[in-house]
Amino acid sequence: MLRRPVAVAALAYLVLVVVAAVAAPLLAPHAPEATDLDHVLSTPSGLHPLGTDSLGRDVLSRLMYGGQVSLAGVAVAVATMLVLGVSAGLVAGFVGGWVDRVATWVIDLMLSIPVIITLLVVLSVVGSNETAAMVTVGVLAAPALARVVRGATMAVRRETFVAAARVAGLPTSRIIAGQVLPRVTGPIIVQAAIGAGGALMAQAGIEFLGLGVPPPTPTWGGMVTDASQVVDQQAWLLVPTGLVIGLTVLAFGLLGDAVRDAAADRTTRAPRSRTQLPVVPPSTSDAPAPDALLSLRDITVALPTAHGMCTVVDGVSLDVRPGETVGLVGESGCGKSITGRAILGLLPPGGVLTGGAVYLDGEHLRTPKAFRAVRGSRIALISQEHVGSLDPVLTVGHQVDELVRRHHGGSRNTVRARTLELLASVRLPNPATVARRYPHELSGGMAQRVAIALALAGDPELLIADEPTTALDVTVQAEILALLRQLQAERGMAILLISHDLGVVADVCRRAYVMYAGRVVETAPSATLFEEPRHPYTAGLLDCSPRRRPPRTRLAAIPGMVPEPWDRPTGCHFHPRCPLATAECMTGEIPVAEPTAGHRTRCLHHTDLAKGEDHADVDVRVLAGD
Amino acid sequence: MLRLILRRLLISVPLVFLVSLLTFLLQALAPGDTARTILGNTYTPEGYAQLRQQLGLDEPLLTQYWHWLSGALHGDLGVSPISGLDVGEQITTRLGVTLSLIVWCTVLAAVVGVTLGVVSAVRGGALGRLVDALSLVGFAVPVFWFGLVLVTVFAVTLRLLPATGYVDPATSLSGWAQSMVLPVVALALAPAAVIAKQTRDGMLDALGRDFVHSLRANGASERSIVFRHALRNAAIPVVTVIGLVFVGMLTGTVLVESVFAMPGLGGLAVQSTVQHDLPMIQGVAVTFTVVVVLVNLLVDIAYGWLNPKVRAS
Repeated sequence: MLRRPVAVAALAYLVLVVVAAVAAPLLAPHAPEATDLDHVLSTPSGLHPLGTDSLGRDVLSRLMYGGQVSLAGVAVAVATMLVLGVSAGLVAGFVGGWVDRVATWVIDLMLSIPVIITLLVVLSVVGSNETAAMVTVGVLAAPALARVVRGATMAVRRETFVAAARVAGLPTSRIIAGQVLPRVTGPIIVQAAIGAGGALMAQAGIEFLGLGVPPPTPTWGGMVTDASQVVDQQAWLLVPTGLVIGLTVLAFGLLGDAVRDAAADRTTRAPRSRTQLPVVPPSTSDAPAPDALLSLRDITVALPTAHGMCTVVDGVSLDVRPGETVGLVGESGCGKSITGRAILGLLPPGGVLTGGAVYLDGEHLRTPKAFRAVRGSRIALISQEHVGSLDPVLTVGHQVDELVRRHHGGSRNTVRARTLELLASVRLPNPATVARRYPHELSGGMAQRVAIALALAGDPELLIADEPTTALDVTVQAEILALLRQLQAERGMAILLISHDLGVVADVCRRAYVMYAGRVVETAPSATLFEEPRHPYTAGLLDCSPRRRPPRTRLAAIPGMVPEPWDRPTGCHFHPRCPLATAECMTGEIPVAEPTAGHRTRCLHHTDLAKGEDHADVDVRVLAGD
Repeated sequence: MLRLILRRLLISVPLVFLVSLLTFLLQALAPGDTARTILGNTYTPEGYAQLRQQLGLDEPLLTQYWHWLSGALHGDLGVSPISGLDVGEQITTRLGVTLSLIVWCTVLAAVVGVTLGVVSAVRGGALGRLVDALSLVGFAVPVFWFGLVLVTVFAVTLRLLPATGYVDPATSLSGWAQSMVLPVVALALAPAAVIAKQTRDGMLDALGRDFVHSLRANGASERSIVFRHALRNAAIPVVTVIGLVFVGMLTGTVLVESVFAMPGLGGLAVQSTVQHDLPMIQGVAVTFTVVVVLVNLLVDIAYGWLNPKVRAS
């Protein structure tokens, strides 16, 4: 926390205020009530560094002495708030049951009481008594703290070690003191800082209204009142007092923020800008395939990461012909979804297309405008998030209507008729009923069907399906895949199916590309890929797929992990995990070989792989790099 | 939805009773009672006892409360022993000033806050930092001090607007508008900052959600994504914050009415506090609480209207 300059400045300022207030009798240039009638309402001067008020009293000295009242008041309020809030929160959170329900009710009740009114009622009864007022402020601030502590305590209570301590018979008080309290300190400090700022503000308000410590004792709020009576003569008087109150409140607030941020441990701040549309650099020498609907040529994408900008997609080329279903396979983190987003010109915030070209029907998509023009109408997307890919606050019908209107226009009735048609075409029973539903009222499978209907609204020629079945139940998966196959046949639409599951790809796709660590490592017709993988990574993936293994045999796994984008090895990215790796694999670019027409692999040892009939016998552990 | 409203009423109704009861009990703790306040320093024990009986102060506390409560439920909030004025009448004449101040302020804060929040979320950059800075300023600047600065600049120096005072709209509509500008602006700073921050955070969150990506990918227009989808989603927490801000403004209005010498409830509350006018402060407290309860109810209804998940339940 102390590495944050703002937090250090706030803390330093607060220390300064405390020292100035406590040591006021020693440090203040004048007595707080000493009048200097020769210098009434003066601006800053050598004699009076911050000027004087209407009685010629020194503003700096009065601020320093006034700080004593303010800080004592804040201390009283914060202490009250801590005692009440922490104990109530701990008890409610730890004991639970009816105690918790009553506590929550009281907390809710108190949170809706207007602070000032309670204060005025108390003050009208006890008279000008600042301590009573600050205790009241503390009491009123306690519910907010209690709520936070309760939440944190409940979270801690559910953890295993606390449960274990309870089972072991440790007394509740010991568990709270030893286990729970240290864990909820962070939120308590944050709330205390916020409470301190609020208390100071409330106190200044009371003093301003003349309900606090009576004059001539200097108080910060009272000094604003003094200044208010002479604004038409000397406006300067407002400045020092306002600044001191404002800065002190601000310092408390910033300190609270810093503690919270330190607790959240935000090492990287999320990029703030909106999705940045990539600027496409000039095309590389490779021309698009003449018969392809979509051609990617040497697509390279860089994203901001904790380690700076990193290349996550590294020279990917692929082709999809009209009406063709093509798979893009790889483990998570291999860059397949980013490739999908690059096709749409919708990289995540801060992402940049640093090289290569996207061609649609031979046309090079260069500008954000060109991408925008094809989205929805020529290329569409369905994603893994089924319910999450629908707007939760609008009905299904309204959402589909919007895209239908956008792509086809028409009157309200024609739009709705088309919407219902679309919903029927994704085999949703009772389209009219579904159209009136909200996303949270749909099952996962239904939501995914609606998402498909949304994607079809613009009659796209290419559908990018990014893990369309991953988050669904197995039976629903099969239904969605069948639906995609049907739609593909009915509409003659091309599909780029992005998946980690070779089985799914084999089910649906004619051809597939296998990606590893940002690169396409192998491509072939699906059947060939299954029968004769020519890249050890593909072979490894096949071994991981339960469908491929005879029953009752051990499922192999590729040893090691996919390297992070900033940690990719030179040479073949797969060599640290590869059973066939040799010294040559570790340096230089690996050329793409084409053992048979349409079957390409980026492996130096693909012939060795072809020789070993059952690649599963290769003992992958022997040569594993890690 | 119904559950939400019921839950709110479960808190609200006891709240009104609790506030009135607490203020009543506090009076019992007060040094000296209303009878003594009326009589001043010179009185005879007989006169005192007689007045106590007349005011019903010799009855048990709960009986007194019951008298007050049954009166209050019939719209009779009692009479101020200090000024002899009818509490209910005083409150109704002054409530209008305070409510118009708070309502205009809410409108201004919501318009400015939501606009700043949306624009800064969509554009980012310098505007984003402006909203961050504004939210710090709104948090840290005391409302009474800001009001005085406005008076100094716009009334004392530039002489554009009246410094203090309130003009009844029935007397002069333009005079009323002029007298409202500075108080409303002074009071709106902090709420506008809070609303701007919440809107910005909500918009950034909504714009980062999957459905926004899907909508963009499938060709929805940027305008529709921002206003129809993201803003509607972001509005759910913003409405809650507007409710909180409204309640917070009741505190602000007490101070602002004092700065600008406005004849509202806040001024009445301060005056009654200074004068130990307990029936009056009790009436004001109950009125404020009822306002809070009604606003919270409205917020809940708006929340349910915006959030289909709540509406359904």
